[in-house]
Amino acid sequence: MSRCSIWIGILLFELLTRASLFAETISEPKAAARTSNDSDRWESVSSNRPESKAIQPVWKPEQEENQSVAAALKVFSLDYHHVQVPFEITLWIMLASLAKIGFHLYIKLPSIVPESCLLIIVGLIMGGIIYGVNGRSAPVMSTDIFFLYLLPPIVLDAGYFMPSRPFFENIGTILWYAVVGTMWNVFGIGLSLYGICQIESFGLKDISLLYNLLFGSLIAAVDPVAVLSVFEEIHVNEQLHILVFGESLLNDAVTVVLYKLFKTFCTMPSIGMSDVLFGIIKFFLVGLGGLLVGVTYGIIAALTTRFTENIRVIEPLFVFLYSYLSYLTAEMFQFSGIVAIIACSMSMKRYVEANISQKSHTTIKYFMKMWSSVSETLIFIFLGVSTIGDKHEWSWPYVCFTMIFCLVWRAVGVIFLTFVVNKFRVNVVTRKDQFIIAYGGLRGAICFSLVFLLPNFPQKKLFTTATIVVIFFTVFVQGMTIKPLVELLEVKRTSQAAPTVSEQIHIRFLDHLLAGIEDICGHWGQYYWKDRFENFNTKYLNKVFIREQHLSKSSIVVLYQKLEKKHAIELAEAGQLAGAPSLASLHDEHTAEVSKSPISPEQLDNIQELLIRNLYRIRQTTQSYSRHTLPQGKNSNQAKEIFLRRQESLLKDDGVLNLIQRRSICFAGESQKKGKLARSLTVGGYGGNKNNSADQSPKLPKSMSVTPQQPSITEWINEEEPENLQSSDENDINQKGNDED
Amino acid sequence: MGSYSSHVSKIEDLQGIIQETGFSKAHVCRLYDRFEGLDQNKAGQLSREDFQRIGELAVNPLGDRIINAFFPDGNQTLDFRSFIRILACFRPVTVDKSAGPNSPEPINSRSNKLRFAFQLYDQDRDGKISRDELFQVLRMMLEAQVTDDQLDSITDRTIQEADLDGDGAISFEEFRKSLENVNLEHKMSIRFLQ
Repeated sequence: MSRCSIWIGILLFELLTRASLFAETISEPKAAARTSNDSDRWESVSSNRPESKAIQPVWKPEQEENQSVAAALKVFSLDYHHVQVPFEITLWIMLASLAKIGFHLYIKLPSIVPESCLLIIVGLIMGGIIYGVNGRSAPVMSTDIFFLYLLPPIVLDAGYFMPSRPFFENIGTILWYAVVGTMWNVFGIGLSLYGICQIESFGLKDISLLYNLLFGSLIAAVDPVAVLSVFEEIHVNEQLHILVFGESLLNDAVTVVLYKLFKTFCTMPSIGMSDVLFGIIKFFLVGLGGLLVGVTYGIIAALTTRFTENIRVIEPLFVFLYSYLSYLTAEMFQFSGIVAIIACSMSMKRYVEANISQKSHTTIKYFMKMWSSVSETLIFIFLGVSTIGDKHEWSWPYVCFTMIFCLVWRAVGVIFLTFVVNKFRVNVVTRKDQFIIAYGGLRGAICFSLVFLLPNFPQKKLFTTATIVVIFFTVFVQGMTIKPLVELLEVKRTSQAAPTVSEQIHIRFLDHLLAGIEDICGHWGQYYWKDRFENFNTKYLNKVFIREQHLSKSSIVVLYQKLEKKHAIELAEAGQLAGAPSLASLHDEHTAEVSKSPISPEQLDNIQELLIRNLYRIRQTTQSYSRHTLPQGKNSNQAKEIFLRRQESLLKDDGVLNLIQRRSICFAGESQKKGKLARSLTVGGYGGNKNNSADQSPKLPKSMSVTPQQPSITEWINEEEPENLQSSDENDINQKGNDED
Repeated sequence: MGSYSSHVSKIEDLQGIIQETGFSKAHVCRLYDRFEGLDQNKAGQLSREDFQRIGELAVNPLGDRIINAFFPDGNQTLDFRSFIRILACFRPVTVDKSAGPNSPEPINSRSNKLRFAFQLYDQDRDGKISRDELFQVLRMMLEAQVTDDQLDSITDRTIQEADLDGDGAISFEEFRKSLENVNLEHKMSIRFLQ
């Protein structure tokens, strides 16, 4: 609570300084006239920093000095203009990050209110303050800034870490929802709003059909940023997550086309059939064009990384540069930038991962997460800031009906679409899933930016207001209630199981089996095509894109090596494992890490790997009991003896080092195939991760038949487990680094 | 594809097949067409060579094993009934409300799917996947990319993970356990066969 009071203190302080300065600037008209804009903005952004107080008194004496002694040499001068732009940008980012820290200081808050809501509230406060001082709203979020700088990092992050297996398995459904669903929503909302406008008593007769359709096209799109930030915290099962998320990403193509189409139509005097036809063609062009651009850049990126062996340091840069270029190129051609960047990241990921060093991989991962996190925070804050202003026009019927229609049409659309698509799916989308899909259709900053992009016509203010209301409603109301609803409805959550090599092997086995059966049936199903692609990939593509000695990285082998390495490190640690102090510090690190949601996939992997490590440890100890001292009913034949001896020699004493050295050849270019294995995209975040890890450990005894002496050992693992989470990964990275460079 | 009436006359015990496998008449006829298409010398039965003639199956790492699964117990020929019975295993799982609690388990139940997969591993039919059998399967799937040493270790690890009673081999129950998180109804179903 004391921390909260500190924050409130800082805010009040902000207000006071602002008020005092406002008064001062009024009393000095000359200075005010000269740099009024600068000073106001300067105050507005910098006053949340305590240091600003120190600078202010210095500024004023200097001013008086200026007025009286114009020709004197300035020993101390202030040139704010020079650094204005980068200074303000940095301060905004600083505000965003400090706000984020603030939320997580008060632990319980993120579990009730999603972060996006809190950030919008902060933005509202800031916007209110700026508006109060300046008399006009801060011009911070222009559409260009949003679309060119803030959106790409988030989409890149989404595309790069998208689990490709579930994505492609569900691609048909995702496209169905994205394309047909969005069009359904657009026309539904547009037409029904037009119907409402026809009613005399509402006084909205002047909004034509085209304008309504235009409004419908921008309000209907589900926003990936909002969906991501809310769904990250609720951990629904993978299929559901990928459906909602994939839809929100891919509907950009449809939105772009429809929006631009209607915007052009609004300015044209008359519309003929040919125009509509062009619109339809344009849609295909936008989608496929974006795809093509993305894949092209992805291929070039993959090829580039093949040659970066001697300049490892700039490897991560290529990933970012090429992805951003693909986005900009697609935008240049008026294609869908989001589709391009996703296609680029997904196509290059496989080959890039095989070529780059482990350190580069870590760098890419962390930078991407960092940028996307900052972007997301800024978007929500700016959303709040830009809301406060004088560009609103309230109209009860229009706004209310917009909201109602958004909900209704989405629900009806989802039900209808699911009904159709379930006929083609083996894994049906259940009613609960449908509800979450419909309810998870959040609108966000994309709608907001699009509404700003509208040309100035009389109803623009009305549209702006309606958009803001819908966004706030979806983010606040739907965002806050979706978690309780998920728990209430008992929607299937992600299973937090550890990946096992055997599972991986069996899944691969089943893939081959199904491909074979499909061949026998004479049917070219998804396994057939997958098989064909994999063969093609291994025969040709890998040779082109992947450096010579990095070939042959089967995911089974990769996973196995990773797990073995962890185990080896753990054994080495076991010999040197110290007492409580180091564990305690690791523990703190861990709980601090835990609540930062963007890093959560790693946490999941850590947990899984730790489970496996501990699984191993128990195994080892039980073996020494059950095999040597307690002979089983069977004869210990030759094979079993050899099996045991191999285990012991592999895993004990300096066999560990041998193991590491032997494996070091294979470590080169070890790729992170976590996407294939991890069942969920994220974990942690809602501040309850401690519970998660505690929940997982009881699974240990269930999956192994431990002899009755085991319970004591199991408990020991329960306590130790959270502390070791951090050390394993760092050791892993260090180890990898030593081997690699 | 031919009219159904000609098929109906050719297929013995069509009703029996429909009952047993759960396929619709259209599917049975379609699969009969496929059966006839594979049966190049019109013997009315399929032999191993007929299967080996399927191009993609030859490059499938598990191709031989799959073919063997169709010819259990050393048979050399395969009639339509057995053919379709095996394929019925891969039908998507549907909840059959009309079946009473005591009716026999449908062919495409999760359990039977698992059993089919298990039998592909377990070539000597001793009810367990021994280390060698697992090693062979891994060898086939990972081809030349992996050294024998690595394969040994992977095999050992797999057995360790799955082996609950510590006998160094994977029984059917352990196999089932290790796949409990995998959505088998989805993974082992071919939509085409619905």
